[in-house]
Amino acid sequence: MATVILWGSLKPHTGGKISVEVEARNVQELLARLGETYPGLQTQIKRGVSVSIDGLIYREGWLEPLKPDSEVFLLPRMQGG
Amino acid sequence: MPLDNAPDSKRKYNVVGTRPLRPDGIDKVTGRAKFGADATAPGQLVGRILRSPHAHAKIKSIDTSKAEKLAGVKAVITRDDFPDHTDGDSALYDTMYNIMAREKALYEGHAVAAVAATTPAIARQALKLIKIDYEILPHVTDVDEAMKPNAPVLNRKMFTDGVDPKPTKASNIARRFEFGHGDVEEGFKKADIIIERSFKTEATHQGYIEPHAALASMSPDGTAELWCCTQGHYMVRDVCARILGIDISRLRVTQSEIGGGFGGKTTVFIEPVALALSRKANRPVKVVMTRDEVFKASGPTSSTSMDIKIGVTKDGLITAADGTFRYQGGPFAGCSPAEFGAMSAFAQFHLDNVRAIGYDVLCNRPKTISYRAPGAPMANFAVESVIEELAHKLGMAPIDFRIKNAAREGTKSSYGPVYGPIGLGPTLEAAKNHPHFKAPLGPNQGRGMAAGFWFNFGGQSCVSLNIPTDGTITVSVGSPDIGGSRASMCMMVAEELGINYEQVRAIIADTSSLGHNDVTDGSRTTFATGMACILAARDAIKKLCARAAATWGIPEDAVTWEKGFAKPAGANAGDFAPLSLKEIAAASPGTGGPIAGHHEYSADGAGVSFATHICDIEVDQETGASKIVRYTVIQDAGKAVHPAYVEGQFQGGAVQGIGWALNEEYIYGKDGRLQNAGFLDYRIPVCSDLPMIDTMILEIPNPGHPYGVRGVGETSIVPPLAAIANAVAAATGVRFTQLPMSPPRILKGIEDAKKAGAKKAA
Repeated sequence: MATVILWGSLKPHTGGKISVEVEARNVQELLARLGETYPGLQTQIKRGVSVSIDGLIYREGWLEPLKPDSEVFLLPRMQGG
Repeated sequence: MPLDNAPDSKRKYNVVGTRPLRPDGIDKVTGRAKFGADATAPGQLVGRILRSPHAHAKIKSIDTSKAEKLAGVKAVITRDDFPDHTDGDSALYDTMYNIMAREKALYEGHAVAAVAATTPAIARQALKLIKIDYEILPHVTDVDEAMKPNAPVLNRKMFTDGVDPKPTKASNIARRFEFGHGDVEEGFKKADIIIERSFKTEATHQGYIEPHAALASMSPDGTAELWCCTQGHYMVRDVCARILGIDISRLRVTQSEIGGGFGGKTTVFIEPVALALSRKANRPVKVVMTRDEVFKASGPTSSTSMDIKIGVTKDGLITAADGTFRYQGGPFAGCSPAEFGAMSAFAQFHLDNVRAIGYDVLCNRPKTISYRAPGAPMANFAVESVIEELAHKLGMAPIDFRIKNAAREGTKSSYGPVYGPIGLGPTLEAAKNHPHFKAPLGPNQGRGMAAGFWFNFGGQSCVSLNIPTDGTITVSVGSPDIGGSRASMCMMVAEELGINYEQVRAIIADTSSLGHNDVTDGSRTTFATGMACILAARDAIKKLCARAAATWGIPEDAVTWEKGFAKPAGANAGDFAPLSLKEIAAASPGTGGPIAGHHEYSADGAGVSFATHICDIEVDQETGASKIVRYTVIQDAGKAVHPAYVEGQFQGGAVQGIGWALNEEYIYGKDGRLQNAGFLDYRIPVCSDLPMIDTMILEIPNPGHPYGVRGVGETSIVPPLAAIANAVAAATGVRFTQLPMSPPRILKGIEDAKKAGAKKAA
């Protein structure tokens, strides 16, 4: 199970939890499971998120594989100028 | 995905790292280069946009009948010509609302109607004949005022997201973000010294010299062509097609040369309007913004209000850092970069206890859009100002204080992930050892420094590489060249093929010629599109080797590529004279036809970026006028493909930061109207204002790129605001917490300090 760490203001959508465990093979599955388990997160997922997997940031990377012990940070979708 | 082959640190480069002349230079200085407004089409009409004179007003009715009857007017469009095709996509709906107002005009300059006419005079006259019945509403342009409970609310359906419980009363606060880790309250208990300060910064414009321009031609069958200046013509294509309700493949967008973007050309403003006018008029229509329109109706960055609290032990170790970052993003939710301000604010420090709270706030101002490292410079100004003040209070050299608390490999970043190899420490050490740091200062001069951070990202790129029969190379990329990327692309292809830079030419292909390419932003192009060029060149090499193998009658894997030649891989492969690229290309019609390389992908692994800046400033104590006398940028580039361009990016970011710190600001009257929409009243730095910006490129290879490249386009605008504020504080003895530090503000600060000193003495 990958550990997903959310940013603080998403806590209201996960019953106050900042870190949740998700069974997923890749980022796409992870986001789908997160949305199913915590429907309140769907708005942000739809708005756009990036993820950091074991320290490396992925802006898209839906098919990026996850290891059982991966540490995943949910981040706002990266923007730049 | 990230590339799995890390850079070879022992690799010797032949082309990468050299400084060839830029391929677009002569055309640009002689006027031959075609920018957005240079596009023409037979029978084209002049498009002009009518804009709201009010900061906030309900549009009760629009009467275009008189304008439509004027001879020479071929089309008039309003909100009614943009039926909602956005299918619940709120960001797209807001983009559509921004390019043509619907129920309300939300800021001065908001488009409310547009005309296409045969001449500019007729178009202007037609705009005057459009009658709009406005109901003027109360407005708000200041971020702190907008957050007050009694502020005029822009969107009655907006309830702050990210707070628990979700409010039941509408407000201008769109979203609240919170990042961090540890326990800041506990951290502050361990501190011997705590400093708390509040800061404000004004909105600044990206200040590109070329105004937005678009020429649209739409046929009755729904096919369309668009020529425009943009940082992302694929984005323009996709957004315009969705707004207009046409198939994406029916719209072909060609990007012109671009006279600056800096993030400001990463969305659409006039392009859908030009297309809608062309659709209605059945003629090509060209729309070019005036400078006044650029300021009033294209995206500036956010104005901000911030509170910072940092605690340290007497030994100089930060125990806790806390910040609140309030950013206004214009009239739509999700447009301010509040989250990136909050995420980046403390990213340069190793912190056990950190919290950053961001607020995305609506105001009656233009819809903001990215500006180089969006959100980071303002937050950095606030944090690095407090850091400097803490160092002085501790009696520590500010550079040593920063080195002691610097983020390093293994640090849990303030926004979450743990850092891999990063270049912050080396930039700080390089600053400490730089001659600038030890140079004497003159009278009324002060020195300041700051370190800054930006994320960088990769994204989607698609590249084709064609080899005609003379063995020269054409590389087609879909990333607009805003900082010299064509030269860098050519250099990387030449490096892979083992040929000279002069044999390779890069073009920016239109949207129908290549697969999707993301916008040129996020410091991504040299990293991501450059990597696609490398991989396309490797694909071409494979095919060149295959042709040589077929010619020699040996297996393909028995051929290797070396310095521009196909060679038998070893003695067992046979005794054949090497075949040059030119020879293989010349024979290609008879050996299987054209030879091309291709690569498409989505790149990740861009690697975060850090920079340290040193600034010397001289302040005239009588007038408050200031002058930068020396400025040094030290930044990690991973690997500098074209060092002169890298230096240019460092210098450009620093100069824009200097303008932001010292002079640039959006000034609003009480009526909510912008008072300085022109370069005479909105003061950007020019060459005579500046010293030569000194640069130092550090090369700490990025493991996510075969050459180690990191993006360099954005980080350089992050530290200047704080570096300059710290220098001004050193020169005047006054800590300024509001930008810009314009002469009147500095003079007032000096005089107030003198009065306070006199009172104290008395």
